[in-house]
Amino acid sequence: MAKVTAENVIEVRDVWKSFKSVQAVRGVSMSVPRGKFIALVGPNGAGKTTLVEMIENIRRPDNGEIRILGKKWKGNEEELRRTIGISLQQTYFIDKLTVYETLRLFASFFDLDRERVEEIINLTGLDEKRKSYVINLSGGQRQRLALGIALINHPAILLLDEPTTGLDPNARYEIWNILKSYRKTSEASMILTTHYMEEAETLCDYIILMDQGKILREGTLQQLLEDDKGEKVIEFTVENSLIPPDIDKPGLPFKITRDQEGQKAWVTIKDFDEQMPLFLTYIKSEGLSIKHLECRKKTLDDLFISLTGRRIDG
Amino acid sequence: MVKRIKPYQLWQLTSATAKELLREPGVIFWGIVFPVLMALGLGLAFTKKAVTVRKIAVVAPERTEGFSVSHLPFHEFLDKYGKKNTVASTEDYMWRVDIRDDKLGDYEFLFYEMDRNTAVMLLKRGTVSIIIDDTSGETEYHFDPLNSDAHLTYLKISGLAASVRGKAETDYQSEDEVRPLTLSGTRYIDFLIPGLITMGIMMSCMWGISYTIIEKRSKKLLRRMVATPMRKSHFLIALITVRVTLNFIESFVLFLFAFLVFDVRIQGSLPALIIIFLAGNIAFAGIAVFVSSHTSNTEVGNGLINFVVMPMMVLSGIFFSYHNFPEWSLPVIQKLPLTMLTDAVRSIFNEGAGFSFIAMPALILVATGAIFFAAGLKIFKWY
Repeated sequence: MAKVTAENVIEVRDVWKSFKSVQAVRGVSMSVPRGKFIALVGPNGAGKTTLVEMIENIRRPDNGEIRILGKKWKGNEEELRRTIGISLQQTYFIDKLTVYETLRLFASFFDLDRERVEEIINLTGLDEKRKSYVINLSGGQRQRLALGIALINHPAILLLDEPTTGLDPNARYEIWNILKSYRKTSEASMILTTHYMEEAETLCDYIILMDQGKILREGTLQQLLEDDKGEKVIEFTVENSLIPPDIDKPGLPFKITRDQEGQKAWVTIKDFDEQMPLFLTYIKSEGLSIKHLECRKKTLDDLFISLTGRRIDG
Repeated sequence: MVKRIKPYQLWQLTSATAKELLREPGVIFWGIVFPVLMALGLGLAFTKKAVTVRKIAVVAPERTEGFSVSHLPFHEFLDKYGKKNTVASTEDYMWRVDIRDDKLGDYEFLFYEMDRNTAVMLLKRGTVSIIIDDTSGETEYHFDPLNSDAHLTYLKISGLAASVRGKAETDYQSEDEVRPLTLSGTRYIDFLIPGLITMGIMMSCMWGISYTIIEKRSKKLLRRMVATPMRKSHFLIALITVRVTLNFIESFVLFLFAFLVFDVRIQGSLPALIIIFLAGNIAFAGIAVFVSSHTSNTEVGNGLINFVVMPMMVLSGIFFSYHNFPEWSLPVIQKLPLTMLTDAVRSIFNEGAGFSFIAMPALILVATGAIFFAAGLKIFKWY
């Protein structure tokens, strides 16, 4: 029996889901504390969407339990639908309905009138486009409309699946601003799936890194990146040759990760003054000479690569 | 658990569905203008009898010196009765025989003289329908007796030839009076208009409702809408209401056109017509929901809709009576929803039928719709 606390608005316990030959979600447990924004980060096929859709009750888990506000979906559908606001990975609305009409339609599902529609139009900055057909909106405007619809019922819980994928940086900032200003006026909690670390960093309090249907790591961004205090990442390439696959040898004081072709490699270093000279000497002793070297802050991508050998957006 | 209707939500859904439909310019054309054009085209083609022209091959005799047609009965007939073409080239006809008939329509027979092999080739191609050979001294007609058009041509010409020669060897020229039926309700256009109306109902429901559902499912809009407290029933009710209203307008425009141009009239009970119209809409709306209950692939949807629509288009006697199909198939054909609807609507239009005649078909149609609707809802995939 899952432990349900008043603080957690979403509880997911050992949830499994498979489609034909693919195990999409393999025993995931997670919880969302009240008022917290959680990011689900992972590459395509990691199971993020399937997990979110199960929380949304669009899919049923094969196994495991999901509770929203302490309640199961079964028997509480109408009530829970009123509590959550969702935005699907891809949604097309009715092409030849205007922005205003689309919002009116969705407002009517929640028994809300035009007053709320006006508030949403203001919140999403779609006033100029209120009379435009949905089909004539840009990608960013369409995503803002989708977000507006997600927010129309003052949801206490937001479930957004890749709300900014494919948008240019400006359009992305607009979405972020809408979410930030909604957060200020509400006690909302949120699960957001994304490929973008910056998005997770800007919007979310807590990050869950997923891969192949499982949770890889979770924590605040700080916790994730500073598992081993003050690590730096040095990315390098070498002159005239590829980096050999056996570059990372046991017994070295640092760990070297290579990309698949051997064009680039990364080394994680704790103590710059002490380890850097050792690293340079080691490279030389391997008969390689450094062509390009860059030292930067560790990112989620680095963490993901060090855990899986693959990139998040690759 | 019975949930009460939410009028505001239902209204918003209905109005959104209607706007979506009416803002698509093709809808007005294909829904309203096209059936009218089809009625006009078919109506004109089958009500005004134009001159019927038929080409006939005559096997050429050997024209030696001192050649006379006296021993060639058909050539003799042509020389005496047909108009010889004065500018005759080999490409042109040699004789022309006109039959003027106010009641049955005018016929124009063109006779071409050629050798036997050419004649057979042209018969195979369908250029000529009959070959006439009198080179043996007897007139022989060669044609496919199963081809009713060729058969008719044979009857007309042989009858004429016989009467000209004064030998009444056939009883073709009967003295019986021919009275073409011009009474309202007996013309082809009277047969056609009810068929076009019922076909319109079927097409509009099947394509309109099924396709809208499948498309919304494939675009994940259905899933987005169901992820709100929207009443699923309201969505379907709105879709069906808009479609039935549009069908009503389409049918009314088509009827109005037929009334003004061809004087097609509804001889039977108007309330009965409205009831059978609604019953037909219910039947096809139910079938449409069933057909579109599962797939989210528009190609598959296409196939499914055609699978339902095509057989009925062909079998249900929309353009031509189904009574020409084999006897054993009639009981099956008559039980198809489109046949039932068409027969009922036609009987109201043309035979002056009322409630008693349409009660049974209306009941069956409503039941059909309800069963398919319920079954469709059972397996309906909203996500």
